[in-house]
This record gives sequence, structure tokens and C-alpha cells, in this order.
Amino acid sequence: MILPFLIIIPLLAAFLITLISGEKDNWAIVLSILAVISLLALALFSFFTTGNDTFIYEMSGWKIPLTICLVQDAFSMYMLVIVNLIALTSLMFSVTYIRHIAAEGAWKYYALFMLLVTGMNGVIATGDIFNLFVFMEIALFSTYALVAFGGKAEEYEAAFKYAVMGSISSTLILLGIGVLYSATSTLTMANIAAILPTINPQVVFWVGALFLAGFGLKAAIMPFHAWLPDAHSSAPAPISAMLSGVLIKALGVYVMVRIFFNIFGGLAVFNTIFMVLGTVSIMIGVLLALGQWDFKRLLAYHSISQIGYIILGFGLANPLGILGAVFHLLNHALFKSLLFYNAGSVEMILGTRNLKKMGNMTKILPVTSFTSMVASLSIAGMPPFNGFFSKLIIIVAAIQAGHPVFAFWAVLGSLFTLASFMKVQRYGFRGENKIEKPDVGASRGMKSAMIILAVLCLVSSALIIPGIREVTLDPVVTVIMNKTGYIHEVLGR
Amino acid sequence: MIVYILCFALLLVGIYGALTKKDLIKIILSLGIMGYSVNLMIILFAYKKDAGYAILVKDAVSTNMVDPLPQALILTSIVIELGITAMLVALAIRLFEKYKTFDITKIRRLSG
Repeated sequence: MILPFLIIIPLLAAFLITLISGEKDNWAIVLSILAVISLLALALFSFFTTGNDTFIYEMSGWKIPLTICLVQDAFSMYMLVIVNLIALTSLMFSVTYIRHIAAEGAWKYYALFMLLVTGMNGVIATGDIFNLFVFMEIALFSTYALVAFGGKAEEYEAAFKYAVMGSISSTLILLGIGVLYSATSTLTMANIAAILPTINPQVVFWVGALFLAGFGLKAAIMPFHAWLPDAHSSAPAPISAMLSGVLIKALGVYVMVRIFFNIFGGLAVFNTIFMVLGTVSIMIGVLLALGQWDFKRLLAYHSISQIGYIILGFGLANPLGILGAVFHLLNHALFKSLLFYNAGSVEMILGTRNLKKMGNMTKILPVTSFTSMVASLSIAGMPPFNGFFSKLIIIVAAIQAGHPVFAFWAVLGSLFTLASFMKVQRYGFRGENKIEKPDVGASRGMKSAMIILAVLCLVSSALIIPGIREVTLDPVVTVIMNKTGYIHEVLGR
Repeated sequence: MIVYILCFALLLVGIYGALTKKDLIKIILSLGIMGYSVNLMIILFAYKKDAGYAILVKDAVSTNMVDPLPQALILTSIVIELGITAMLVALAIRLFEKYKTFDITKIRRLSG
């Protein structure tokens, strides 16, 4: 079985790094990159072999109501591929960047990073709701430390804010898990899903409200978004890419979709809430981003807006909407991480994040400015880049589902996104400031991380071609749409 | 029923404190209160009147016992809360070194 290794490998790597690292961070880098490469290979292999099947791993030989189980289906494998892909590029980018911001003790960064990957892989793989909570706390705990890793006053401030909001939401989630346990007397998610229709239907609404607030805070949907711009813009750039690219999806969106679709059975009232909150997030996020001159803060506000598209797509709850949302999950991870790498590269070399102080970038940082162009076109939804297709699918799905109002707001949000990234390109990367060519450029690792993601931004458009879609995205949509299927597959009846 | 309502009131006290207090340490304590109230509530879910402890003793057959699973969950959750609290206190100490204050209205370099 492959699943336990997706949790064991990064956890083992984290402890080995703390044991063997001395003054230098060389061994830490080698170990963590090896671990993440093997994770990516395992995830890719199991994604393409899973197809429409579901595999269960029951821990320590007990059978399902008594044990913690790990569930391998198309949706969880898809998320694992995204997480480990972004983790690999993030590590490639980190090597020079972390040596730049922290002269000593850089190995601590890699240990924490591996714990972050452990937490996210665990959240995605697990089929037990309390186990999910524990892995979520592992991931969050390491992000609190990683946001503050640079050791500046603003970073501690952002980390404190993030930690307070994170622990409030975790407490709400724990309360929800407690209520769910007292109502159903089981913690296995498939068993909960099987028992819920037979008990008082009000339980679902109480627990749903608690989970919506708790996981909504993790996903930074609109009324719960306040911590995101601070935390995501203050963290070191590779960590911002991990946070914006995958953490809010793994801990927020993925868990919400699992719970509200596969466990609660996709109730109409929650779908309406998803659609409304998604649309509000799209608009408010992009409007707040328009006025920003701090590059990373602008990107952080765009994360709120893009998560809004994903939530809107899932809320539409027709196959096309879910296809668009699933596709946008991957696309947003690719281009938002790339944009954060661009911001990190500029910040490291020029020492500024202010768009007004940039300029002339095409001459001094050719790779960074070229890849930022690709990412800007992707996020703004320009064909033939991936962002165009996923947004188009979501908008078409909204019209098909009979919600033209939401489709209108989604189009308007996309136009504002385009405007805001034209600002980035016009004033930032192609600005008029004449900046001298600095002595050091982007290192090879940073460049290759950016180029890989830029190429993937173009290549992943191909996932929409019917032949490729049938083996990649369609099984994921089937898992989400097939509401009772999760129970049957996991419990084997 | 009354115990659950009291627990919920305790949770609300915690949320109120975390959202309105201006002192870093008081915020951390409020988060602690929130955590305790949820732990207490989950323990109470497992409570049964006149039930024994859930330990297998040789030759003694116990039919009526409390649910042991929430107790295991709460042990885990207490350990997690310990870690989070230690982390928050460490961050508060670092914030005090940088800003020379615990007042959150004065710790605002991030805005917008």
C-alpha cells in the first residue's frame, strides 16, 4: 500500500533532518528534496493507477469502525499530486532564498517544511475525522513557525494574528467533531455519512455551521479572510507559495468538499451558501487587491478572490461546475505559487516589494519578468493559459445551472483581475524606474522552479482535451458528485 | 442539559475575550478558556450516570461504563493545545522584544 508512505516519508525526513544537521544546511536540503521527489513520484503513480477505484488502508490491523483508515480515491490523489508538486518547486526555490534571509540555522526551516508537508498529506489521505483534526494541527503548527521564520517584527505580528485566528477556528472544528461524535458514535467519515440520514436532521445544520466557520477560516472565504493578507505577505516567499498555493486548499477547500459533499450529501442550503460566499469573495478580494502597491499583499488578496471561484464552482454542484472548480484548484496552485516566487525573487535581489520602486525588470531579471508575464496572463484568464479554461468552465456552468447573476459577477471579477495584473506589469515589471543591474541574479534553483511552473501553466491547459480529461479530471468529479458512493466504497457494502 | 449550556457559555466567554481584549496575554488566556470549554463538553458527551470506568479488570465483568473514546480524544487535544499555547507565548515574548508592549492597538505595522 502506498498511502501510509505519503505520511511516513516526510515525517521521518523531518526527524532525520533535526538529528543529522549541524551548522550547514546541505544535508537538510538533500534529505528534504529526496523526500519530496519520492512523494511526488508516489503520488503521481497512485493517481494514474487509482482511476475510479477506492483503496482503503486500515492502520495496525484493526477493522474499520475501530481503526483509523486512510482513503485513496481519485480526489485525494489529485490533491496529493498538487501538494507535492508545489512542495518540490518551493524547496528548489528555498535553497538560496532561505540562506539569504537566515544565515544560521537554515536546517530548522527544512524540518518545519517537512512537518508542513506531513500535515497536509495526512489531512488529504485520512478517512477519520479526528485524525484529520490532528494532522491539520500539525500543518498549522509548522506554518505558524514558518511565517515567523524571518524574525522581523512584522512577521511575528502576522504569525501571532494567524495563530490566534487558527486556534479559534480549530476550537470550533473540535466542537463540531465532538457534536458529530455524540450524535453518531463513530469517527470514521464513511460511517458518519452512513448514520447521518437516520438521525435528527438538525444535527447536520449545527455541525455544518461550526465546520463552515472553522474550515471557512482556514480557506479564507470572505467573512473569515482577515488574517490571510498579513500571514501570506509576511511569510518567506516559498512559504507564501505553499500557503496560498496549497495550504488553504488542502485544509480549507478539500476538507470542506469532503465533509459537505461526501459526508453531508451535498445539501442544497450549503450549496447556496457556497455560491453566495464564493461570489462575495471573488468581488471583495479583487477590489481590495486593486488598490495595493505591495506586490505580495496584492497577490494575497487575489488568493481570496481565486478561492472564491473555486467555492463558487463547487457550490453550483453540477458536473460542469465541479469540473471547473477541480481544474481551478490545480491552476491556482500553479500560477499563484509562481507569482509568489516572482515576488520573492524581486524582493531578494532588489530588496523591495513596492511596485512603485520596481522597474526595468525585463533587462535585469529576464527569467523572473518573463515567468511573471506567463503567470499574470494565466491568473487574468487569457487563452491559451490554464486560468482561462477553468474560469470559462465555471462561468458556463453558472449559466447552465440557472444562476446568470453569479456568472456576471465572476466575469466582472475576472476583468478586475486583468486590470490589477496589468498594473503589476505596467508599473512593476515594465516600470519607468531605471534600476542598475545588481551584482547577484536569481540562482539556478530559483530560475528552474519558476520555469517549471511557467511551463506547467501552459501545459496544464491540455487537461481540458477530452481524451486527457477522462483519465485525470473526470474521476475526481465522479468522486465528488457520487454522494453515496463514498460510503459504499469505503465500507465495502 | 444545563451543563451543556454552561459549557457553551464558557466557550462564548472565551470567544468574547479573544475578540475584544487588547492585551496579548489575555488573548492567549481566552484561547485557553475556549479550549477548556470544548474539552469539557466532549468529556460530558461521554458521561453516563452511575457508570464505571472503562478499564478491563480480570474476572470482573463491567457492563455499564462511560465511553472511553472521548477521553482519548481529549488527551490528544490537550497536548495540541499545550503546543499551541507555548507557541503563542513564545511569539508574544518576541513581539514584546520588538515593540516593547503587549497592547495590540500599538502593534500595528501591518495594515491595509
